[in-house]
Amino acid sequence: MAKYIGKRLIYMVITLALIATFTFFLMKILPGSPVASADKLSPEQRAVVEARYGLNEPLPVQYFNYMFGLVQGDLGISINQFKGAEVTDVILSRMGPSAQIGFQGMVLGTVLGILLGMIAALRQNTWVDYTSTFVAIVGISIPSFVFASLLQYWFGLKWELFPVALWKDGFMSSVLPSIALAMFPLATAARFIRTEMIEVLGSDYITLAKAKGASGSEIAFKHAFRNALIPLVTVLGPMAVSILTGSLVVEQIFAIPGIGEQFVKSIMVNDFSIIMGTTIFFSVFLIVIILLVDILYGVIDPRIRLSGGKS
Amino acid sequence: MEKILQVKDLELSFNTQGGEVKAIRGVNFDLYKGETLAIVGESGSGKSVTTKSIMRLLPENSAEFKSGEILFGGRDLTKLSDKEMQKIRGKEISMIFQDPMTSLNPTMPIGRQLTEPLLKHQKISTSEAKKVAIDLLRLVGMPKPELRMKQYPHQFSGGQRQRIVIAISLACNPKILIADEPTTALDVTIQAQILELMKDLQKKIDTSIIFITHDLGVVANVADRVAVMYGGKIVEIGTVDEIFYNPQHPYTWGLLSSMPSLDTEDAKLYAIPGTPPDLLDPPKGDAFALRSEYALKIDMEQNPPFFKISDTHSAATWLLHPDAPQVEPPLTVIERMKKFPGSRYYEGGVV
Repeated sequence: MAKYIGKRLIYMVITLALIATFTFFLMKILPGSPVASADKLSPEQRAVVEARYGLNEPLPVQYFNYMFGLVQGDLGISINQFKGAEVTDVILSRMGPSAQIGFQGMVLGTVLGILLGMIAALRQNTWVDYTSTFVAIVGISIPSFVFASLLQYWFGLKWELFPVALWKDGFMSSVLPSIALAMFPLATAARFIRTEMIEVLGSDYITLAKAKGASGSEIAFKHAFRNALIPLVTVLGPMAVSILTGSLVVEQIFAIPGIGEQFVKSIMVNDFSIIMGTTIFFSVFLIVIILLVDILYGVIDPRIRLSGGKS
Repeated sequence: MEKILQVKDLELSFNTQGGEVKAIRGVNFDLYKGETLAIVGESGSGKSVTTKSIMRLLPENSAEFKSGEILFGGRDLTKLSDKEMQKIRGKEISMIFQDPMTSLNPTMPIGRQLTEPLLKHQKISTSEAKKVAIDLLRLVGMPKPELRMKQYPHQFSGGQRQRIVIAISLACNPKILIADEPTTALDVTIQAQILELMKDLQKKIDTSIIFITHDLGVVANVADRVAVMYGGKIVEIGTVDEIFYNPQHPYTWGLLSSMPSLDTEDAKLYAIPGTPPDLLDPPKGDAFALRSEYALKIDMEQNPPFFKISDTHSAATWLLHPDAPQVEPPLTVIERMKKFPGSRYYEGGVV
């Protein structure tokens, strides 16, 4: 197992280096300059600014400087969005709210989705099942920004249960954005669990469990549940992605000072180092999630655990 | 002998979108204490459905008891509630399934799968249940049972898995063990081992076995009595010798003729012509009549009753009616009958 994880860590570093390289050159191909008000500056002033951020060096030198900094954990300094602040500090200070709504959204969505899917499978072809399927379809097809606006309107403005936006009331402020983010994982989990539970409930070992005298709930929870979870683990990775991309939009709508909000703004003002830094941060996050998912696979399914490591 | 289970006039249908499939159309049999009753027949003859209905393992939204009763320990199993059935399943009646590769839960250590019925049906502690489970594994011939308790099904071979399934089914010393083609998915050498194991265990714990199979070789090996099923009915029932050496129903003749034997000289193996009846709309008379070269006119119109050949042997065919014409069974069957004292072709000697 340790050997396997070690191998995966090496792959992760290589993947990250590639992502950093691609993003770096793609950014350079883009028109526009981080020196936003370039027109108003005289050529001399502009040269001073560019020299300060190392933008006057030849491209390969810039690249190696950046990668060298990256290896040391230095993501550079913000050019115009935060005027000279360390990118690492910017990201770290912004991480809290994003992590909170992301985590809450993920947990809420997955747990409710699993419950919904289980109930639907156990009451197959009844109104419970149809309702659950309807919720799942709605959750997948309504974009998070529409859903976020609806939540703001009803729960924030009409019923005044939660703040409409901003990050001022601690947990209360995080409720609506978390719900908005939870919809996609909820719908996905419900669909996967329902399909899988129905298949598992029809399998031979469930019949054997019945033949042993197990009751309905013992069959559902002791025998079927764990087996039905296996394919859900596969989609946990993509769901984490959806939480990430979802938070870009949701943070804007709820005016939450998170990474997503800051990322969108940095793109608008062409803040090169912030864009690079955030991309790399998101990549690390995703790659770690994918590794965790693969490890989780082994925890849930013994067949994978043993074929992956020493048996 | 003590009757442990009585199935009386059992009729069961599946309600499907295409209509009512009459899967069991009046099945009668008794199971005696300590015996092995084999139920043979082709796919769709109703043998699996019959036994699954005893265990009430059929899907409740589509399977429906039409009439009849299944008497076990003074109670009619068709009328019990789900809760009451749960107390019988795994404790009084247990079951072994066809495919050992899929009948164990892949994400549960086999130790837990073994102790589950023990903890469910007997008032014992987890550690005691573990001890019993280890003994059971030893009983079914599993080497190093203590180590293997924590392992998962994929770490065992097919034959070993079937041994584990057998161990699970015997955990609570059931009065009846239903084996639904337990050796069909195994290769021949493992088949022989599993059959030996079952015969051995039956002696040790004195259980009655209902053995479903379509393999007549297996029947000859394990059974005391044989019931031949066709089209949702039993068409002939008798001791294993009576069925093999003095068969009376044309379907049994067909089955025996289509069994390869070492001294068959014909290169071509006999196959029963035609296809099984459509149980959505079962035939009025003898269900086998359309495929039988021995069919009489009455077979098309009236369902034959059971005619007694001996105390233990009866068959449902009009050929046994006193007014029926004498017909010659197929040659291979006559060869068999020559060895059976009491048959009209008997030539002396013993079976």
